Formats: sequence, C-alpha cells, structure tokens
Amino acid sequence: MAASETAKDLALRHAFGNVLSFFILVLIGVLAFSIRLFSVIKYESVIHEFDPYFNYRVTQNSCKGKKIMLVEEEAVFVCYLCLEEEVDNELIGNVYCSIIGIRLTYVAGDMDLLWFQFLTKNGIYDFWNWFDDRTWYPLGRVIGGTVYPGLTLTAGTLWWILNSLNIPLSVETVCVFTAPVFSSIAAWATYLLTKEVKGTGAGLTAAALLAMVPSYISRSVAGSYDNEAVAIFALIFTFYLYIKTLNTGSLFYATLNSIAYFYMVCSWGGYTFIINLIPMHVLLCIVTGRYSSRLYIAYAPLVVLGTLLASLVPVVGFNAVLTSEHFASFLVFIIIHVVALAYYIKGMLSPSMFKVAVTLVVSVGLVICCAVVAVLVALVASSPTKGWSGRSLSLLDPTYASKYIPIIASVSEHQPPTWPSYFMDINVLAFLVPAGIIACFLPLSDASSFVVLYIVTSVYFSGVMVRLMLVLAPAACIMSGIALSEAFAVFTRSIKFQLPSLSGVSQVDAGNSDSGSAATTQTEAVKADKIEESTKERPSRKNRKKEKETVEKPSVKSRIEKRLLVLPLESSVIALLLLVLLGAFYVVHCVWAAAEAYSAPSIVLTSYSHDGLHVFDDFREAYAWLSHNTEVDDKVASWWDYGYQTTAMANRTVIVDNNTWNNTHIATVGTAMSSPEKAAWEIFDSLDVKYVLVVFGGLVGYPSDDINKFLWMVRIGGGVFPHIKEPDYLVCWRIVAMLSFDRICCVIRDGQYRIDSQATPTMLNCLMYKLSYYRFVETDGKAFDRVRRTEIGKKYFKLSHFEEVFTTHHWMVRIYKLKPPKNRIRGKTKKSKSVRVHYLFSMTRRSSPLLSHNSSSLLSICCFHSLFGRKLAQQQAQKEVEQERIPGIKPIILETVVTPGLCNTYFPNRHDDRTKRLQSLLIL
Amino acid sequence: MSTLPSFLNPNLEKSQRRQRKKDEVYSARSAAHSNRRYTVFPGSIGSTYLYNRYPCWLSVCDPFLQIDLASQIVRIATTLKVENAGSDPVSEVLFAFPDHQAKNLALLVATTTEGKGKTKSSSGSLPIEAVHPEGMPPALTWYTVSLPKGLGKGESLTLDMMAVFSHLLRPFPEKITQGDIQLVVFQDSAHYLSPYEVKRQSVRVKLPEPKVESYTKLENTKFSGSEITYGPYENLPSFSYSPMAVHFVNNKPFAVAKELVREIEISHWGNVQVTEHYTLLHDGAQSTGEFSRLDYQARPQVKGASSFRNLVAMLPPRAHSIYYRDEIGNISTSNIYSDSTKTLLEIEPRYPMFGGWRTSFTIGYGLPLHDYLFHSEGKRFLKIFFGCPMNEMVIDNLIVKVVLPEGSSDISASVPFSVKQGQETKFSHLDMVGRPVVVLEKTNVVPEHYQHFLVHYKFNSLSLLREPLMLISGFLFLFVACIIYNHADLTISKSSASYLAKLQWDEVQASIQQVLNIINRCIATHDKVEASLRDLSRTGDAQACKAARKAADNLLKELSKELKPLLTFLQSSSQAVQILPKVEELVAKERELQDRIMSKHSTVVDCYEKKSSGRDFDNRVAPIQQKITALRQEVDDLIEVIDEI
Repeated sequence: MAASETAKDLALRHAFGNVLSFFILVLIGVLAFSIRLFSVIKYESVIHEFDPYFNYRVTQNSCKGKKIMLVEEEAVFVCYLCLEEEVDNELIGNVYCSIIGIRLTYVAGDMDLLWFQFLTKNGIYDFWNWFDDRTWYPLGRVIGGTVYPGLTLTAGTLWWILNSLNIPLSVETVCVFTAPVFSSIAAWATYLLTKEVKGTGAGLTAAALLAMVPSYISRSVAGSYDNEAVAIFALIFTFYLYIKTLNTGSLFYATLNSIAYFYMVCSWGGYTFIINLIPMHVLLCIVTGRYSSRLYIAYAPLVVLGTLLASLVPVVGFNAVLTSEHFASFLVFIIIHVVALAYYIKGMLSPSMFKVAVTLVVSVGLVICCAVVAVLVALVASSPTKGWSGRSLSLLDPTYASKYIPIIASVSEHQPPTWPSYFMDINVLAFLVPAGIIACFLPLSDASSFVVLYIVTSVYFSGVMVRLMLVLAPAACIMSGIALSEAFAVFTRSIKFQLPSLSGVSQVDAGNSDSGSAATTQTEAVKADKIEESTKERPSRKNRKKEKETVEKPSVKSRIEKRLLVLPLESSVIALLLLVLLGAFYVVHCVWAAAEAYSAPSIVLTSYSHDGLHVFDDFREAYAWLSHNTEVDDKVASWWDYGYQTTAMANRTVIVDNNTWNNTHIATVGTAMSSPEKAAWEIFDSLDVKYVLVVFGGLVGYPSDDINKFLWMVRIGGGVFPHIKEPDYLVCWRIVAMLSFDRICCVIRDGQYRIDSQATPTMLNCLMYKLSYYRFVETDGKAFDRVRRTEIGKKYFKLSHFEEVFTTHHWMVRIYKLKPPKNRIRGKTKKSKSVRVHYLFSMTRRSSPLLSHNSSSLLSICCFHSLFGRKLAQQQAQKEVEQERIPGIKPIILETVVTPGLCNTYFPNRHDDRTKRLQSLLIL
Repeated sequence: MSTLPSFLNPNLEKSQRRQRKKDEVYSARSAAHSNRRYTVFPGSIGSTYLYNRYPCWLSVCDPFLQIDLASQIVRIATTLKVENAGSDPVSEVLFAFPDHQAKNLALLVATTTEGKGKTKSSSGSLPIEAVHPEGMPPALTWYTVSLPKGLGKGESLTLDMMAVFSHLLRPFPEKITQGDIQLVVFQDSAHYLSPYEVKRQSVRVKLPEPKVESYTKLENTKFSGSEITYGPYENLPSFSYSPMAVHFVNNKPFAVAKELVREIEISHWGNVQVTEHYTLLHDGAQSTGEFSRLDYQARPQVKGASSFRNLVAMLPPRAHSIYYRDEIGNISTSNIYSDSTKTLLEIEPRYPMFGGWRTSFTIGYGLPLHDYLFHSEGKRFLKIFFGCPMNEMVIDNLIVKVVLPEGSSDISASVPFSVKQGQETKFSHLDMVGRPVVVLEKTNVVPEHYQHFLVHYKFNSLSLLREPLMLISGFLFLFVACIIYNHADLTISKSSASYLAKLQWDEVQASIQQVLNIINRCIATHDKVEASLRDLSRTGDAQACKAARKAADNLLKELSKELKPLLTFLQSSSQAVQILPKVEELVAKERELQDRIMSKHSTVVDCYEKKSSGRDFDNRVAPIQQKITALRQEVDDLIEVIDEI
C-alpha cells in the first residue's frame, strides 16, 4: 500500500514537474518572441535593414510573375571576391563599416525575402534555375547557385502552411516574424541540448538566457529577415542531436542529426563550424580514451550522410568534399575507423596477440595515412589559396585579412572585438562562463566535454571576428545556464536542508550537533522563507523555474550531494540574493539592448529634439519616387550599400548591390563616383545608367552617408583602375603645412580625409562630392556640413552632365539623372564618330549575315542593337577596330544618310530621348 | 483666342424648324465614341432632324449657366425654364453636349423645381437617358430628361441640370518646369447649346483665382474678380453656338486616381473594415527639367505652385484604426482631426506631387457595424458610401468590393447610378467556402458620386460561431489525437521478442523504482532515529527515544516485507539479470546500515542512561558512526548507479 502510494506520489510529482517545465518552456518561447518585437512596436512591421530587402523583392515580384534577380550577400564578399572565390554568404549580417568609426548595420534579410517571394510563386525548381537580371546590370546573377536557400525555404514553407490553412498573411508579414519565431525555437533547442548535458534545470536556465541574449537579438529582431535567425537554431539543434546520439547510441538520432546538419548547410555558411567542431570532439574523446560504439554511431553517419546532403545544396556543391574546411572531418572519419577496428580486434584477440596486431596495424595504417595525407596535401596545395577560403584563413590567422585583403580589414565586423562589445553582447554571461566550465568537469561526460570544447573554440573565434560573437552566444548561454543552475541547486539545497531539520545537518557535519540553537534556526527559517518568496517574484522566469526544478527533483542524487555540499545558511542566502540580482541585471540589460540598441531600423531614422520626435523616412521617400516616376527598365547606379533596397523597394535594376561578388564591377562604380563629372558620365552611360543615387547626410547630420564611405569607393576603384589614386583624395601633410605655416600644430596631419577648403582639387571635383553638395550652399549660405562639422571646400558649382531630379525631404537621398548627350557638332567629335561607326558595323556583323552592302537594312539592324545594350556593343566594336577585322565598312555607313523618318519607322514607340540619341547617332 | 477651333458652323444658328422622324436610342457610350473631332454641322442636316418624339416647339427661357472651374472638375449648373409653345403635351426634354465634353461627362443630374419660384419643392432627380437621334450632327451627344408629368400647352417648368465633367481642363502648355504656374484651357459655348429656341440666357464662369491668361471677349462680356460673365443674350435661335475659351491659372491639385480599389469587409463581430488602394497621378501639366528640393523648400508657393503636397479625406464619423501606408511600409506624414460628424484624414504622399508624378498608397479604417448595417424583412442590408472620400479627386476606374461574411446568400446590390456588377469569392482567415464579394466597377468617378448604396443579403447569425467552433474543435482533435497517440500501442508485431523484452524491461524498471523508493523510505526512517537521538541529547527523555526506535523498527520491518516480493520478481525476471546484483547489494548494504544505526542507537541510549562520560561515549559511538557514514556513502553510490540505469 505504502509503496504504491509513494510510487503514485512520485509519478504525480514527475508529471507535475513535466507540466511545469512545459509551461516554462512555452513562456520562454513567448519571451524570446516578444522581446524581439520592439522594432515592430516602436516602428512598424517592415523589413528593417538595408540588406533584407533583397529577399523581400524576390518574393514580392515573383508573386507578380516577374523574375527578378536574387542577390543576397554583402560587403564581405568583396573581400572574398578579391580572392576570386566562389560566392559565400556566410558573412552576411551586421557589417560595421568602420570608415571614420561609423557603424552601419546591415542585415541580409531583404534578399531572402525576395527569394522567398519568388519561391512562393514559382516553386523550387524555378527557384534553383532563377537568373535574376535586375541586379549587377548587365551581368545578372544566378540565384539558385549563389544563395543559401534555408531561410527562404523555411519562410516559404511557413507561408505555404498558413495560406493553405486560409490564414492569409502577407509574404512580408511572414518574413518579418520568421526571425522571432525561430529564436523561440532556438531557445527550445538550447533547452534540449543543455538538458542532455546537465539536466532539466540547467536546460531551462540556458533556454531562458538564450531567449534574451543581446548578441542573438541583434540578428533576429522582427524585421531582420536574416540567415542567422534560422542558422542559430539549426546550429544548436544539430549539436543537440549529436549529443543525443552520443548519449543514446541510437541510429535514429544519428539520421536526424544528418538532416539537421543539412538544414544548417542550407541556411548559413557557418556550417563549417559544425563540421570542424564535431570532429574535434570525436578526436578529443578518442584521445582521452572515451571511444565507444555510441561515439562511432554519432559520428560516422553524420560524415557520410551529412556530406552527401550538403553537396545537394547548390551553393556548396563540390565544396563539401573539395575545400579544406571539410578535410578535418574526413581525417577524423578515418581515425575513428582505425580506432574502431583496433577496439574490435582487441576484443577478439588475446592480449599478447593484440600487441602483435597493434604493431602491424599501426605500421600499415601509418603508411596508408601518410599516403592519403600526401595526396590531400598535393590536391590542396594545387589550389591558389591552399583550399582555404579567405574567411577561414582570416579566422586562423587574424592578421591575414589586414595583410592581404584591405577590404576585409575595412569591415569592422571582421575586426577583433573590444571588451565592451563582449559586455554589450553577452553581458553577465561572460562572468558565468568559467563557472559553467568548472561545473562541466563535475563530472566530465562526453556531452559536457563537447560543450566545453564548443565554448573554448567559439571564444577563440569570437576573439578573432566580432560577428562570430553570434556563435559564442549560445555556448555562453549553455555554460551560464549550467553554472547558474548548479549554483542555485547548491544554495537552495543548503537552505532547504538546514531549514526543516537543523540538528540533522549538524549531526552529519559531525560535532556541531549541540551547538545549533532553536532561536537562530527560527530566524533563519523566516529569512529563508522570505528569500524564497522574493525569488518567486523575480523578473525573469529562468531563476524561478530552475529553483522549482531543483526542489521538484525527486532524485536521490540531490540527497547525496546534499550531504556532500552544504554551505552555511547565511552565505547561501546572500549568494542566492546576489545571483538573483545578477539575473535581474542581465534581464534589464537585455531588454534595454532589445529596445534601444538593436531595434532601430536603418531604413527609418528617428531623432528626438526639443519639439518631439522627428522621423527621417528619406530612404523610402526616394525609393518610392524611383519606383513610381521612372521607367521600369531604367538602371540606377548607387554605391552597393543601397543595391538591395533599390531592387526591392524601388524595383529598379541596379549596377551593384550588397552581394558583392564581382569586385571589378564595384570598382567601376567606385571609379565613376571618384572621377570628374565627364568621365563619370561616360562610365555610367556605358553601363546604361539613367539615374545616380547618392546618400548625403550633411544637412541633417546622418553620419553613414556616401561622403563618409567615399574613401572606400576610391580604394576599391583604385584597386582595379590604377588611375584612381587614394593619395589624390587625401590632404597630404606638406600641403597642410604650407597652408597653415604659422600654425605648427596642423603640420602633423598626414593623409587626412577632408572636404573643406583644404581638400585636394581631385576631391573637390569628383562626382560624389559634386552630387552630394550640389546647391548645398544655398541652404544656409555657408554650406556647413553637420556630419563633418566643417564648411565644405567648393561651394558654388554647376553640374554639366547630370541634373537633379529628386532630393528627399531631409536631403538624405539625392537622385540625379544623366543628361542626354548633346547633339553632335560637326568636326568636334571625330573620334567618337568613328567609334560609333565601328560599333554599328560590328553589331551588324555579329547579328546578321546580311550585313553586306544593303546599307539600309544594315543600319536598321544597327539601330535595333543600339537600343539594346549599345555600350556593350560599342566596346566590342572598339576592340574589333583595334584588331582591324572590319575593313571597308566605314565608307558604306558614312555614305548612308539616314533620315529621322527612318528611325521613326523602325521605332515608332520608342522613348523620345532614345530616339533622339539614335538620330544623332545615325546622322553621321 | 481666335486660334481656338470653332466647333460649330455659324450657319447653324440660322437653322429653323426641322422635320421629324423616329430615331433610335443608342447607348451613351457608343455615342461618346462615335467621333472625337469637332466637326462642323452642315446646315442642311439641321433642318431635318427633329421628330415627333422630341417636339421642338418647346422654348427655353432664361437658362442660366454657372460653370465652376475652381478645381480640376468642371461643374456646369444650368437653371432653365421650359415652356411648351406648341399644342401637344410634351414629356421629354432634349439636351446636347459636344462630344468632347460628353466623353468626360461623369455625372448628369436633372431636378425640377415646381411652383413659382418661391415655394420650391424638389421632386428628386429625373430619369435621364442618352439618345442618339438620327440625322443629328455627329459631334453632339444627346440626352433626354423625362419630365415628371407631361407639359401641356402653355405650361412651363423649371429644370435644374447639373453636369460634372472630369478631365475637361487641358493644361496649356502641357509641360512646365518646377517654377511655372499651371495654366489650363477651358472651351465651351457662350450660348446655351440647345435644339430649342432660347429667349434669354447668360453664362457665368467661376475661376479659382482672379488670374487669367486670356479669355474670349464677346459682346456683353464682363470680367470681375474671379468671375467672367457672358450675356445676357436674348432670342437665340436653336443651335446657336458661340465659341468661348478661357485660359487661366489653376494650381489646384489635379489629383487623379487611375485606379481605386475600395474593399469593404463586413465582420458581424461589429466592424466594417474599409481598405482603399489608390494609384495616384498628378494629371496637370507635366513637370520637366530639374526638381530642386532647395527651391521647393525655400519658396514652396513659387517654386512648387503647380504641385500638391497633401490630400484630405473626409472619412465617416467614428472611423477608427486608421492607417496609411504603401507597399514599402507605413507613411508617417498624416494627421487626423475628428469630431462627432466627421473624421478628417489629412495625408501627405511620400513626396510632393508634381505634374505627371505618380504614387500609390493604401488607407484603411474601421467603422462601427451598427452605423451601416440594418435589417429589413428578414434581410440585412449594408448602407455605405460608394465613391471616394478624398476631396476633389477624380477616379478613372473605381472598383468597390463588398466582402460579405462567409455564408451570406441572396446577395443584391443597388447603386443609384449605373455600374458594372460582378461577384467573386475571397478566402480570408479560416474560411472554408470563401466569402462572397460583390464587385462594383465604375469609370470616371467624381466626388458627387459619394453617395450611399445598398447591398442586401441574408445571413444567419449562427454562422458567426462557425470559425470559433472550428478552432475549438481543431484544437480538441489535436489534443485527443495526442492523448490517443500516447495511450495507444502502435507496435506492429506484438509477439516479437524485442517488444516482449521491452515490456519486461518496463516492469523491471518499475519494480526497481519501487525498490529505490522503499530504500529511500528506510533511509528516511534512519534519519528519524538519528533525530530521536538528538532529541534525547536535548530533552533527556530516554523513553521517548526508545519509543521512537521501536516505531522505526516496526516500520523497517514492514518495509523489508514489502521489499521481498519485488526482489523475488526481479530474480525471476530475465531482463533484470544485469541489474540484479547491484540491487541485491544495495538491499544488503541497507540492511547492514540498519543494523549499525540500531546498534548506535542502543549504544547512545545505553550511555545516556548510564550517564557515562563524554570520552567513553565518544569511544563507543565513534567507530559505529564511522561505519555508518561509510555505509551510507556506499548506499548512496549504489542508489545513484541504479538510478542512472
């Protein structure tokens, strides 16, 4: 009777505990979701950042049945492309442009949204084969092969499910809320992982910590539709399944693990972290003599299945077996088989026989290994970067980037973090992590050793690159969860143990039995009660739940430890209080970070002044203007930062965008921006650009404008086109010294970037300067730039090749139109005439066999081509002229007089100025 | 303004009575499209086109035309008195507009005012029909107004005509720069164009500003303030026409919605949600050249005179949850002023609208249902405004969609003017069959179309509960499915070895758990015994201590009894082979621990009773205590080991 009753009681308590932890998990999910909604509540439900608009565009326009180009990567790629590597968007995320210390947040959700829209409309196969001609004009971009489709597919599935349930959420809404939803799921995955390592209490604590860790919030606020949002979930879940497999030895979980790994590969380039960390752990286990069949089951299927699955993702493809990032896993795969064989043979043979066998196997194995390694090394060494991508190299050698790729160095996200950024991003967790590591060693299991390895490696990587703080955050949460949970367990246990039976404790503590006085016990009991109450009212759920867990725990274990670790009542009470304070501080910090630091969308800016809130919605003003008041086929040139947004919000073709896979192209735009007006006009005209967009913050003091980024345009442009030289744009110290001869303090300014009257003439005549400051002086009469805090150097000038067509309310975005070329004046433009003639010819020759002597048809074909991609053809023509492949055609064309009427016959519906241009072109 | 084309041949004025013939009625549309150019009426036709049906012995006295050009919409209000000069009663009156006006005619309303001037009683609008009398000059479009009752001989009637035209003002020049003002041309006849003789008439043209570039100067033309008056002219023959043109400054917003989709969604939970999607165009003179924000900000009145910055929407009172956004998000430049009679929504597009610039946006608001939904004869009907709430906006193509709740039937819409009706289905939140949508389309809509229309339908209130019930049952099924899944045994082969082994293993685990429970209780009893010892040291009550020991003894015996069947089960079970030794060891150790504790207890009590010295006490108890501690440690370890299995 009694036994069954206790069993029932126990079962009930178990059930109660389960229900309780279920509710706590639900609440954690709600917390993780809602803490990320500040951006939506304070601003609105839009994709917030510059980059996320790419994805949005894909989805949207494809819904209209229009194919658009997907572009999703970002600045970082510039670097990689410098290395001439394949596209890799692992580094999408917040890029802090470090020019003049200004921080710019980029999140790459845009583009994901666009893909997603495309996906929802056209299905997966069209998605893979999608060629987007809206970006990187005139190159275009193959989407399927250049994006990590995980996020897009995820959101697409969500959208599809909702819509098939007749819940008509818009694509945009789904995209905005994907990140918060997935951070909830990531919190649950953290719970699972930590539970596998250290039990439910630690799991719940870690989940609560992760739900609000600022580092993760920064990438997953509502509206940042970003790869990292789902990738962190995938990362944690993959680790959980690995540990689960390791603990159970179940092949089922091993298979799930491979699938989770596949999802991670789909989502983020950071999957290489997994495929290196797990082999490291396996190796660690083997070395420390922890090899078991469970380890084999956890690892071998993952490598085989995981690699096969990973190579299904078009972006990864053969990289899954070809690049050095994956070699560690294969090497360990071999090692684990050798070890497995060794254990197997050991079981079969007698000890003496085994010794013989060992020598045999070791010698043979060594030879084979050497051979394999040699082959691998040879293969790897044959590739220019030794098989390592620039990112990985800069990870392994922190100085690599700054030494070889200045553009990588330019992105401050790739700089080592500063101490404040640790405090900002993981806050008190930084102090709890060491305690967690210690707790993991008591006792050390396979799982806890994995977590220790995880935190150690991620600390290293985060020390190399700021953005990898994101990988550190879950590890720190797990460790701190373990630490907090253990600490609470110890303290509450001490209190609980001392409260009901004070003397019992003292008996065990030997000798103290008689000293305990009832009076003190009484007061302490009251105190402890109070504490228990106060802990229940704690702001964060995490502490309460953990404490409940420990109290609830019916296990015998706690009983044992109870006897082992009992702390004095007073100190445990105080320690508990302090821990609660620490937790409260963490919560306050996280909420602040979520509300203030990370929720401001870069697309809408706000400022508070004495007369209330000011909204700077200039970006959208400009994009809306572009989308409604320009032709659909017009090309817009801007610095790549605004590429995604222009394609997504303004729906116009751009020259370069945040997926910076082609450095030359970016350099062309950079060169144009840093050239004088006429040269810039020619470059833009050759790219068929019709509008040029610049961002100018001088009027309202918006610091991350194009003038502040201008030096990078010069550098990147100069990297490809040597006639652009950075020193030309910088004030050299000698000049400064001359100008300020009587002021010696100024002499030390060497190579300073400035736009005031001391700036170099090159600087003052470049296109970017002119477009930014055009008629700026008339605003206040002095032309005082509020960002640079100086008066500008050249105040009065006119534009001859560009005209202002739109400027937003706060002048933050200025759009200029290329003026049509002036009518040709006879005799003056001889050179260009011949070029045009050749161009006409070459186009005809290439396109039609009837080029021969029927000059009118020839010209009509020429005209036709001149309307489509004239400049490209022109270049080709020039080339052919140089090669002298077109003899005799020049006279023919020169003799032909084409009347404007001919043009009209062929292009009655053409746009006016185009026709005009054509006419001027044809009347030779 | 002599350069302007003359529309009608002056000969026309001289044309006299015409022969009558029957004619056919054409639709207004085909008439409007018949000819775009202003052809000259040949005099010969003029004499042959009136028939029985449209007797021409009416004469029109004192028509007074008021042409309102104050905005982009042209409103021509005509007050005229019709007299029957013939013998037969007349029931219809003919009106004509030149084609170029008629094709832009948005609304034509005629009312009569009966009585003699002072005791006016408006009898509502009269039916108007577009007709196409045969033989008439093709550049005119004809309408007949049916009089409420036949007009007998010598009787007269006062008619009020209101014609509203959109797109009638032509910007001239068509392209202007940012700093230019917008000039528009209006062309009409200074004489009242009528098939009847006109006794005396005058025209008054009202302009938005007292600035006129030029205007046709005829006899009796007066220009004062912002008004131009032509006339009075007396005794005009039928079809007299005197071209008149005004070229004037009009900087009023030429806001034209190329398309407006209004979606009115009824929720019987108490809300009418209105969503309006605008595609807006500034239809005035095209803006060319540079747009300088500097100039615009410095002197908006001069350098942006032709542009408009904001629009005002007059929403119904008690409108709530108003939003204003476009496809890329919220637009922050809007204001709301509301009182009990109206809600004024002032919105600014993202950028100032210059000529030819376009934009698109969406506004939405909710209205309380009970203000707009009524019952009659077992049916419900929605009574809500048709047109657009924006001030002085022309809508080229208006689509009104009324989304009725799911399950509505017998749907019919009645609109006071002709519209194209259709039906479609919309799927919204959790719909099964979709919601019926009444689609009403109308082109060329002006603010005068902001009138009530009705949508009748039948709806059972119980259908309201459909969706909540669906949700509830959905979750119920989900939970039930979970419960069933948890309780059902989904094993395919119930006789397979692994399945049986699993069952056995479960039993073994359960019994091991029980064993552990019992051991735990034993340990708890030990603690009690220890506690009684402490009590002893405090109170000195040896009897109580002994009693406690006895009770503990009994309890332990009971527990060991309970333990026996479990152990025998474990021994018999094949699955427990691995764990059995541990369990047995645990039981043995526990028993030893029991003995030790009892012996310690008896020793302590013994010492206490004998009042032996502290050192003696220590000597006797200490070794036992050591063993107890060691044993306890072992037991704990064992428990932990077993627990982990």
